[in-house]
Amino acid sequence: RTVEPLEYYRRFLKENCRPDGRELGEFRTTTVNIGKCLCSITTADGSALVKLGNTTVICGVKAELAAPAADSANKGYIVPNVELPSLCAERFRSGPPGEEAQAASQFIADVIENSQMIVKEDLCIASGKLAWVLYCDIICLDYDGNLLDASVFALLAALKNVQLPSVTINEETGLSEVNLKQKNPLIIRKHPVATSFAVFDDTLLIVDPTAEEEDLATGTVTIVTDEEGRLCSVHKPGGSPLTGAKLQDCITRAITRHKEVKKLIDKVIKSITPK
Amino acid sequence: PGDTSVLAGLYGPAEAKVSKELPDRAALEVLLRPKVGLPGVLERSREQLLRQTCEAVVLGMLHPRTAITLVLQVLSDAGSLLSCCLNAACMALLDAGLPLAALFCGVTCALQPDGTILLDPTARQEQEARAIFTFAIASSERKVLMTNTKGSCSVEEMQQCLAAAQCAANTIFQFYRDSVRRRYSK
Repeated sequence: RTVEPLEYYRRFLKENCRPDGRELGEFRTTTVNIGKCLCSITTADGSALVKLGNTTVICGVKAELAAPAADSANKGYIVPNVELPSLCAERFRSGPPGEEAQAASQFIADVIENSQMIVKEDLCIASGKLAWVLYCDIICLDYDGNLLDASVFALLAALKNVQLPSVTINEETGLSEVNLKQKNPLIIRKHPVATSFAVFDDTLLIVDPTAEEEDLATGTVTIVTDEEGRLCSVHKPGGSPLTGAKLQDCITRAITRHKEVKKLIDKVIKSITPK
Repeated sequence: PGDTSVLAGLYGPAEAKVSKELPDRAALEVLLRPKVGLPGVLERSREQLLRQTCEAVVLGMLHPRTAITLVLQVLSDAGSLLSCCLNAACMALLDAGLPLAALFCGVTCALQPDGTILLDPTARQEQEARAIFTFAIASSERKVLMTNTKGSCSVEEMQQCLAAAQCAANTIFQFYRDSVRRRYSK
């Protein structure tokens, strides 16, 4: 396995299964923990921990107040930041964020923008004066492949958990008053879910690759769908060429996956909102 | 195309630093410099897209333990920037004479609010569009090497854009052939 990893994998793929016993189209067990009681981050306004097999990603959302930009006076900001600290895998060194982390951050920002998950106008409190800024920090704790899927999922779960305190602007003083007692949940319009595939030898497609599979793959494809079956993003950074039909297969699989994930999120949210 | 212009410079295969060299293939590095400002997260993700696209076509196995560096400087941006970069990168690879498995070209496709498909949108059209796709299409069998989407759309719309992009790819490859012919026939 260590000497000729590609040959080892090829033997399994010929039988239409993978070394860890999964089928080509099967995902690893997904678990998600949301909120302050189950999840670790008590200082964040919203948090979620997602485990996709061994890949562990935690997302914390902090809401702060700021003045909106001059050209878009009624829009707030969402700032996603993906970090791949050196503890999650040996190939990541400490220091400034590497290319993978930056590309992942850009990808998440694109997904939020494309899917209109959070409409920036909803984040505005007083046009031109005050708006919310949501800093979403996505940190990978254990990297075993398929970072993008886990990050998108963690972000979605954390945002559903965010409670924004209501803010009023005092007419006389012009200052803002934050009412921590009265909290409203964030309005999330769409629920995008990412599905990643690894391409082998230009023909074979496997779903949810582990780190080992990603290294051996000749290409990767990530498809983000929302609940109406619309595509929010098709991300295929280079790698072996695919025909349109193969891409279509990926999309169909992604739509099925979306339904599974949505059910999981709804179940978890229902279990933590008793009060 | 149009007013968007990107200057591409390719250096290599050259000696690679020990920390960067790969034992069995050439190490490809892409640097994208925006017109103003320092390269940021957006440039990094574009660099990653370009790098992996180039890695798929360049026969790196023929030049192990070397480094190939591609530097792209944005001279002006009037829409369809990413596909302009892709085309510039491919022509630079051709000009340098690096062994390639296939050629690729970049095509940007914008889906307008009323449903019509527009190829090579200008910056204005990009802003108004509902969704924008950038495809890198390989010369062999017109397969898809790279996709990047902005905005959301339905699956059928994407397939239509892809088909349109594949047709447009033919025009671009013809342009490559003409340019190369012109260069070498002097």
